[in-house]
Amino acid sequence: MWFLVPAFAILLVFFVLPTLFNFVYAFTDWSGFKSEINPVGFDNFADLASNGTLFSALRITVVYAALVAVFQNLFGFALAVLLERDTRLNRVARVFFLIPVLMSALAVGYLFQALLKPDGGVNQLISAVARQPFDYAWLADTTWSIVVVALIHSWKWMGLSMLIYLAGLKTIPEDVMEAARIDGASRWRTFWAVRSPLLAPAVTFNVATALLGSMNGFDIVQATTGGGPARTTEILNIFIYRTFGQGLFAQATTMSLVLFLLVALMAFPVIHLLRKREEIL
Amino acid sequence: MTAAAPHRTPPGRQRTGISDARIWTRLQPVVAAALVVALIGVPLWLVLVTAAKSQGEAITPDLSWPDDWQLWDNLRQVWTDADVPAAFLGSLLVVVPTVVGVLLCGSMASWVLARRATRLTAALYAIAISGIILPPAVVTVVLLLRQLGLAGTVVGMIGVYLGIYLSTVIFFVTGFVRTIPTSLEEAAQTDGAGPLTVFRRVVLPLLRPVLATATILICLYVWNDVFYAFFVVGSRLDTLPLNLFRVASAGLYLNNWHLIFAYVILMSLPLIAVLAVAQRKIISGITSGAVK
Repeated sequence: MWFLVPAFAILLVFFVLPTLFNFVYAFTDWSGFKSEINPVGFDNFADLASNGTLFSALRITVVYAALVAVFQNLFGFALAVLLERDTRLNRVARVFFLIPVLMSALAVGYLFQALLKPDGGVNQLISAVARQPFDYAWLADTTWSIVVVALIHSWKWMGLSMLIYLAGLKTIPEDVMEAARIDGASRWRTFWAVRSPLLAPAVTFNVATALLGSMNGFDIVQATTGGGPARTTEILNIFIYRTFGQGLFAQATTMSLVLFLLVALMAFPVIHLLRKREEIL
Repeated sequence: MTAAAPHRTPPGRQRTGISDARIWTRLQPVVAAALVVALIGVPLWLVLVTAAKSQGEAITPDLSWPDDWQLWDNLRQVWTDADVPAAFLGSLLVVVPTVVGVLLCGSMASWVLARRATRLTAALYAIAISGIILPPAVVTVVLLLRQLGLAGTVVGMIGVYLGIYLSTVIFFVTGFVRTIPTSLEEAAQTDGAGPLTVFRRVVLPLLRPVLATATILICLYVWNDVFYAFFVVGSRLDTLPLNLFRVASAGLYLNNWHLIFAYVILMSLPLIAVLAVAQRKIISGITSGAVK
């Protein structure tokens, strides 16, 4: 039984305690500008709610997470189906799609910041194809930049989703496919009616990790837009980082608590729902 | 995946995917190659050509070929100016103890959690794996470290990573231990081996595949992490991602894309090299843990 001690001692000190602290310090005026810390009740929440930051950051985080979950899974699944057969070319292609997964997210962010400049590589290519100058500022659009950043996030992680879907595709027993073929099912029908439902465990894993990864996201957004333009891509972790840097520790803690509650509220139903779908099938 | 999963297709017969319509078999290689070039080739090309340009040319980074190829000079300038060796050492100093600690503590706890079915262990397991989902409290952990006197230290940083990633390891390893029959451990026990010997000699070697998966994932997360490092060590310890952030945001390097990308190359090379050498192991390692 004492085998449990080191792991749970570490979890207690470095995970449980800080989380409990979150529930305490979110209700204080802890800051970098004075030494004493006083309780202030719900003032931090009220402040953040009244200047609109709370809800805009929450909305942006949820939108970002949902977009990433959709894009990353679409891309990963498409790549898995495309590269399913074990040819030499496909194996090499899979390794190439793994490179972004291994790269630092910060590096990925800078890479796309350069690529998506108004006079950057992507617009250069579009101009060349369209035969007219094209200088759209991909990362400076108050409406669409969040989508672009979510696409970049999905680009980085799509290789991992692809691998998981590939593994899922391979676990489908051949006799199931055989049965469908004998029953005269067309390829598309076999695919949608037989194979895709059997991928449910892979979908669960991929959707859950994509959602959680993006709700905890930071590096890519920081390196591409830094939360801008006009804070339209400021997800919770960017806000936490910014306010922490300004010495507004209580505000940062409050947002950290909000993120904790958001993830807890969102993750458990999502995982439960996906698990339930697996059981039915 | 290709290495680990048994291939169920008998030789000479195609699987019934949508992937074997006849036109598709012809078209697929073209589509696959085009996608690799467009989605991976173009970004990597940008990194390479920009890292090889002079400062003047790199101010607006584009896909053109550099007039004057000076990749080597740029790499060397970054290596000395940004003090890459120190950052590399800092990264190693954090990653290695974290991985060792998380695997050791995690598998010890998982063994007990998987083998004892009491209400207490069930509750402990639930607490342990909740960390996979729940985000760590980054701000208050700094306060806690300050109270412990570990703020800004390597030990503090390692502790924070251990707290974050133990749950992942416990989740993977506990699931794995449950699939191993208990007979081997029992045999060792009746031979008079104490729990420590059973764990070290019998259990730990059996865990190798799942520990490999966990090692890959955790190395990847910790090596590339910058968010938690910002809070815990800030500027007191240099790791590669922290250093890259400083290089990229410092006034001196503002718009010095050639140096930023030279740094990206230096920083990614070790990982790309590992991928090139051990791609099969990595691929099977990542996937075998995820889909059961």
